[in-house]
Amino acid sequence: MPLRLLKFGLSQTYPEPRMFRQPDRLKSHYDVVIIGGGGHGLAAAYYLAKDHGMTNVAVIEKGYLGGGNTGRNTTIIRSNYLTPEGVKFYDQSVTLWQDLAEDFNLNLFYSTRGHFTLAHTDSALRTMRWRAEVNKHFGVASELVGPQEIQDACPEMDLHCGGHLPVLGALYHAPGSIARHDAVAWGYGRGADQRGVEIHQQTEVTGITVKSGRVTGVQTNRGNISTNKVLCAVAGSTPRLLDMVGLRSPLYVHPLQAMVSEPMKAWLDAIIVSGSLHVYVSQTARGELVMGASLDPYELHSTRSTFDFVEGLCTHMLDLFPFLSHVKIVRQWAGMADMTPDFAPIMGKTPIDGFYLDSGWGTWGFKATPVCGKTMAATVASDRPHELIREFSLDRFERYDLVGEKGAASVGH
Amino acid sequence: MKLMTCPINGQRPISEFFYGGELRPMPDPATADDATWADYIFNQNNVPGLKQEWWCHTPSNTWFIAERHTLTDEIQRTYLYGSQVLEEVSP
Repeated sequence: MPLRLLKFGLSQTYPEPRMFRQPDRLKSHYDVVIIGGGGHGLAAAYYLAKDHGMTNVAVIEKGYLGGGNTGRNTTIIRSNYLTPEGVKFYDQSVTLWQDLAEDFNLNLFYSTRGHFTLAHTDSALRTMRWRAEVNKHFGVASELVGPQEIQDACPEMDLHCGGHLPVLGALYHAPGSIARHDAVAWGYGRGADQRGVEIHQQTEVTGITVKSGRVTGVQTNRGNISTNKVLCAVAGSTPRLLDMVGLRSPLYVHPLQAMVSEPMKAWLDAIIVSGSLHVYVSQTARGELVMGASLDPYELHSTRSTFDFVEGLCTHMLDLFPFLSHVKIVRQWAGMADMTPDFAPIMGKTPIDGFYLDSGWGTWGFKATPVCGKTMAATVASDRPHELIREFSLDRFERYDLVGEKGAASVGH
Repeated sequence: MKLMTCPINGQRPISEFFYGGELRPMPDPATADDATWADYIFNQNNVPGLKQEWWCHTPSNTWFIAERHTLTDEIQRTYLYGSQVLEEVSP
């Protein structure tokens, strides 16, 4: 690494090739078209090429790579979910995460911190004990801890929370981690590109052709493509694409906002989440606090941000960490979260042949990026839903067979 | 601060209001089959556009209809349910 660094220092021009090529035109046919160049879409492209040998694949992105929810989340990775389906799925993802930087030869700043979900009420403690038992049953490190352990891990926290809602305990999840989200999109993008996948940015899908229940093509602002397989991985824009193929879904779109503080010396090692206070916070390698709260309270297909959000979140942050009262907020932003009624994703096949869906990733999609890519690639390649995602199919709603995961959402949305 | 007009109490900050979802016609529960009922309960079109929505002014518990654009967040008008002819708004 130091030698490589020296090369960068002495070279007149940038000494490495670009992360990915920019093909100047679309081909007329691809075996698979992936709509959405975020983490999920690029991961699917990567595993299609790597695990299934399918390289005549195009990733179509309206904006730039990783510019949607991949670059707008608060980068927390964990697997302490509530339902057996969820725990198995997310645990597979955490396992994949741990080898990803090696696979990519790219520093993802993957940092295992330990994740505390604070309980301020008896009922919250009860749900956490339930989660801890489900987690342990599936071999996921997860346990209930008391106030003393929390205080030891984070001496700066005011466990009395300014007098109201004192912290009674927490669900502690040792493998809880954070990672650098842009690098995840770039790593998957580069890996897919090197294996022959074409990545087309600034390319907007304007229509999808369906003939007698089968996908036959995709129209874009840069030309038409014929294809028999389309994977839709577009988060908050999913309803618009579903409308192009005439499908209805239970997805609803609300903005989810987040913000960062100015950088500080490192003081917060753990990831702290409080459902009752609607706060989650971690400190990045650069020293900024990354903070998020609950969803905006009504439907909106926009990434605007509001002052109400900053005001509310800061109030709750100060309940937990009063010493931060002079720290400044430097940035805020929003993403469009595609929510589902049961807080589990909608993945797999649809009533339209060749139209695959990776959606319903609401506020919990970043941590699932590797496993989504892996399972969706397998689903697209074999035209059969991967066994880890069978429970997440779109037709579960028709059968009233929901996967109740709301209790494991990090904050009470 | 974003404001909304309650048909009874006038203009108020949006934080006083609760969003109740899109206004959708309910099929007859006595005659609808399971698939129709599941479609009504869960599914929506959800493409952004001008929508008729249920909203509630929480301090006075007033439920009413708002016509709001879900892409731009513009509130076009608000009125009590049944007080105006509900026209079909196209998305």
